[in-house]
Formats: sequence, structure tokens, C-alpha cells
Amino acid sequence: MDDMNWSLKESHSFDRNTIAEIRRAAQTGLYRIRGFGAKRQVPTLDDLVFLGASMSRYPLEGYREKCDTSVTLGARYAKKPIELKIPITIAGMSFGSLSANAKEALGRGASELGTSTTTGDGGMTPEERGHSTQLVYQYLPSRYGMNPNDLRKADAIEIVVGQGAKPGGGGMLLGQKITERVAEMRTLPEGIDQRSACRHPDWTGPDDLAIKILELREITNWEKPIYIKCGAARPYYDTALAVKAGADVVVMDGMQGGTAATQDVFIEHVGQPTLAAIPQAVQALKDLDMHRKVQLIVGGGIRSGADVAKALALGADAVSIGTAALIALGDNDPAFEEDYKKLGTRAGFWEDYQDGSDPAGITTQSPELSSRLDPVKAGRRLANYLRVLTLETQTLARANGKSHVHNMEPEDLVALSVEAAAMAGVPLAGTSWIPGRD
Amino acid sequence: MASGENIEVLDLALTELRDVNARLQGDGASANGFFRIINPRGAHALACGLDNEIEVEVEGHTGYYCAGMNQKAKVVINGNAGQGVAENMMSGEVRVTGDVSQSAGATAHGGLLVIEGNAAARCGISLKGGDIVVKGNVGHMSMFMAQAGTLVVLGDAGDALGDSLYEAQIYVRGSADNLGADCIEKEMRAEHHEKLRVLLEKAGCSDVDVSEFKRYGSARALYNFKPDNVDAY
Repeated sequence: MDDMNWSLKESHSFDRNTIAEIRRAAQTGLYRIRGFGAKRQVPTLDDLVFLGASMSRYPLEGYREKCDTSVTLGARYAKKPIELKIPITIAGMSFGSLSANAKEALGRGASELGTSTTTGDGGMTPEERGHSTQLVYQYLPSRYGMNPNDLRKADAIEIVVGQGAKPGGGGMLLGQKITERVAEMRTLPEGIDQRSACRHPDWTGPDDLAIKILELREITNWEKPIYIKCGAARPYYDTALAVKAGADVVVMDGMQGGTAATQDVFIEHVGQPTLAAIPQAVQALKDLDMHRKVQLIVGGGIRSGADVAKALALGADAVSIGTAALIALGDNDPAFEEDYKKLGTRAGFWEDYQDGSDPAGITTQSPELSSRLDPVKAGRRLANYLRVLTLETQTLARANGKSHVHNMEPEDLVALSVEAAAMAGVPLAGTSWIPGRD
Repeated sequence: MASGENIEVLDLALTELRDVNARLQGDGASANGFFRIINPRGAHALACGLDNEIEVEVEGHTGYYCAGMNQKAKVVINGNAGQGVAENMMSGEVRVTGDVSQSAGATAHGGLLVIEGNAAARCGISLKGGDIVVKGNVGHMSMFMAQAGTLVVLGDAGDALGDSLYEAQIYVRGSADNLGADCIEKEMRAEHHEKLRVLLEKAGCSDVDVSEFKRYGSARALYNFKPDNVDAY
């Protein structure tokens, strides 16, 4: 940019990124598949601020008075609900898309803080089970590696209907990541481009799903909490139908949620922002008198304690993090800048999780690359990050006078834009106006 | 199945589903070994999650997911079965004397499913290693995305058989006029005749002539995503 003529004007419609994509499409005839999550600007939780305590609200003392962060998930039907010490969980990510070291690091970090990790497509690995004190087992359309023994080893079961990055989409694990071990776990030939189905093979719709949940409960002695995870397509109705189908917990994943490999057009153009999804899901629970009885976990672009606190204030019981957890492990670390440059990218821009060439050794099956990630050290970084998120969440809760993070409420928030006020259902700052409400 | 006092009768008209399944799933079930379930009345999730070397006979029709995720047990349904019978079976044997609804044997990793009547759509969908023998016909999209294992159809196959098939094998004695994407007819060599003969014998169909079957499998043209294949998707 430095040597460019200042009279040059870049087109908003055809900026350099758009031109590059048109050229790439013209050369290859293939749509772009990539990892990470939505990169476009959408209304986010940043568009909200807490009011804090003042004349009419008492704050709690920051370094002395207790602010509880514990959360119980799944008490609706499960004999053994999940008890988390913090309201931040690790989202489902598969062994296959992630290296074994990365999965181990996630387990170590989460377990240190008393929270759960989640499997992904391809099933449960012994390393993952061994390093996660609380492990949620994803029940996916592909059923790769699914077996009743692992189902019984899990602490909870998450039926995946969709994910925020691609509501209505299946998955694709490209051939370069289908190593011998991954192929064996998924009963597929090595090196093929492995497709994950977008619909479950043996149920369609919430009436069928209720029976599927019955089967899963019968097989696991009604012990395990059953989560239903949806991408933020129609959050109000999806939540209501999940409750009707018998879920203990609803997981609602906004469009900023990450992915290992999805079409760029899907990532950027399908699904609703997390900010818009939360109030719709909460409203469905309230209308059914199920708020706090069926727990709500929200994910998709959660980065900071501020995001966590705002999601909880809007009515979520917990959040899940995926991309942020990978970054805490070492994803996009500038220490690997030279390697990123060789791949035609830079630290901070790396998004080709599908490629298997991750310099940080996280989204790869290459033994050489994955050995770069020390699971003990990376787990410690994740634990530190989770501590910061928790401390930040508590700081904001205390500032609003709340002795439990679940006591934060929409009344503690105002919006900085008309759009955010309408989506979140809180007043525009400086007004009592909530767009769309009488 | 054994006869007389060795058989424990479980009556679903008098006993809750949870108690019936708990009895069959429990550690003590193997000691008895033989169970007869009466009055199933279309119950869902019946005899699912079994992991004992026992024999269970169900007298009547069952609902969804009967014998789901079966391991080791032999389950016989003397009637029709609803959606997803023997889904994700790992081992053992499930036999249905009547017809079955869609997604029979879906994602099964092992074991043998024998359907003496017809199977509806998506029979063997996403199969991962189990064997399925259907004496009647199968509906459309059977063996969709099946990865491993075998489907044998003594009757006819519906539309789009074996669509997006991986390494699973299909044998059809009747017509299979409409094959799914990437599914093709393949040569029946001696080893296939022998494999089919053994499987039919296990299924209790040893009187069937294996030379009457055609074999179908994956052309493997769609294993890697290429722009040239866009018309196939």
C-alpha cells in the first residue's frame, strides 16, 4: 500500500478480495472451501454495553464478595446431570479435523477449570476420554465411529442437527487429512474426500427425534443429559421443537461459529448472528416455561468475558467456544510467521483448516506438524484463557451487583445501535426504545 | 430358541419398557439366556442396547429402533418392525419375519440383519460393516452412502440404489433398474459367488441359486471432489 498512488480508489463492490476470489473461481471451477468462521462484519455482542451499578443498584466488592460461576446442565430428565465450575464449555471439534495433541490439550485445559469438552465427527479417542473429566459425545448424521460403548463412556450426548457455520450443511474432510487412523475410525478408504451427511440417516423431524432420544436414553440407562445442537437458522422454533423432542439442553450456535472445512459461501451467507439468536432461543424457553429448566448453551464468535457475560445476561446458561479455544492453544501464532508466508498467508489470517498444513500443528494429521504442539503447554494456555474469561465475566457480574453470573439479565444491558437493540431486545442507549416492540 | 421353563416371558402389557430393557441389558441376563417379549404393541426402542449373548423373541409388531445398537444378542421379531430396526448394530443377529419400515440396519457396523419380508426406503443407509439380507424388495435410496458391509436383495431394488456408495457391496436377484450416483454393476467372480453363498446360508436361504444375482458397487469416481463431477451431485 505504501507506494500506491493516493488518487487510486478501490471499489467497494469489487475490492481486491472480491477480485481475487473471482480470479480463483475462474481458474479452478471450484467454490472455495475453508475453515475458521464468518469473517464478514455482523452485529455482535460488542454492540451491547452493561449499565453497571449506580444509585439504584449496589455493586459487589470485586476482590472479596463471591460471584458464583457454577452451572448444572441436564437435570430435566438425566439421572446424572453435568456439573460445571464455569459457564464456558469447549465446542465439538473432531479428531481428524484436529490433531490428537490438540484434542488432548483441549481436554487438559478444560478439565483444569472444571468444564467439559466435546467430541466431533469420527468418534471418541482414548486420549480425548482420558484427558477430559467431562466429555460430551456428539451424535452426528454421519455416525462415523459411533458405537454404544463410547456412548456409555460419555458424560452427556449431543445430538447434532446443525452448526452455526453451516446450518443445513454437512461436512467435508479433505483427503489429505484422512490418514490411516482417521480412515479406520470412520470406516473409509485412506485419502478420499470424506463427506459427512447433512441429515441423520434414521430420523427426520422432531417427532422422530423424540423417539431417537428415547432410544439413546434407554441404551444409557437414562443417566446422560441429552443436548440438541442447532445452527441459528430459526432459533425460536428450533429451540421450541428441541424442548418438545425431549432435550435436556439446547445448544444454539450463531453464524460466527467455526468450522474445519465448509464452503465460504455457506460460512458467510447462511444462519443468523449469535446476538440475534440468543433472545429468540430464550423467548422460546420462556414461552414454554422451560427457561433455566432446559439449559441453553450458546456459541458462535465468543471471544472474551464480555461476550460470555452478555450472552448470560440475555438468558443463556452457558457458552461454548471453539475458534477462541484453538487460538488459545496456538492457532495463528505469529511465532510461525515464516511458515504462514510459505503457505501464501500470514499469522492472523490463516483459515485453511481443511488443508492439513497447519503450521501450529492443530488442524493437521501430519506427525511432523502436530508434534509442534505440546499438549501440556497448550492445555495450560487454554486453562489460562478460560481463567481470564471467567474473571472477566465475574467482574462484569459484580459491577451489576450480581452474586451469580446467572443473575445478570437483559435489564443490565443497553444497545449501541438500532440493529443491536432490535436483535437483543434491549433499549437503544440513551432511550427506552426497543425497536419492534410497542 | 429353547423351549419350556428356560424361557423368561416379559409382558409389555404389564411391565414398563424401561424395566424390560433393563432386564435384557443387565448383567444377569446371560444367566437365563432366553427371553420372549409379548404384547409389544408397536413399542419404540424395544430390546435396544443389548450387550449380552442372549436370544430374544418378540411376539408381535415393534416400533422404531427395535434392537438398535445391538451387540452379541440374537433378536427375532415375529411381526413387522418400524423405522431403524437394528440401527447401528455392532454384532449379533436380528431377524424380522414381516416387513420393515425405512432405514433398516442404518449405519450398522457388524452383525446380520435378516428381513423375511420387504424393506422400505433407505435400507442399509450409511452401512459401516454389517450384513443385511432382504428376502423381498427394498425401497428407494437403499445403501445411500454405505461405506462397508453387504446388502443382499432377493427381490427388486427401488430407485437410486447405492447412491454415493463407498466400499460396501450389493447383490440383487431381481431388478435394479435405477442405480444411484457412482453405483455400477460389477463382475460376479467366483469369490463373490462364494461370499454370497455363505451369507445366504447364514441367513437361512441356502436353497437360493447365487448365479441369479448381479453385483453392484462403487465406481469410485466421486471419491475425490472434482469440478468435472458437478453433474453427478
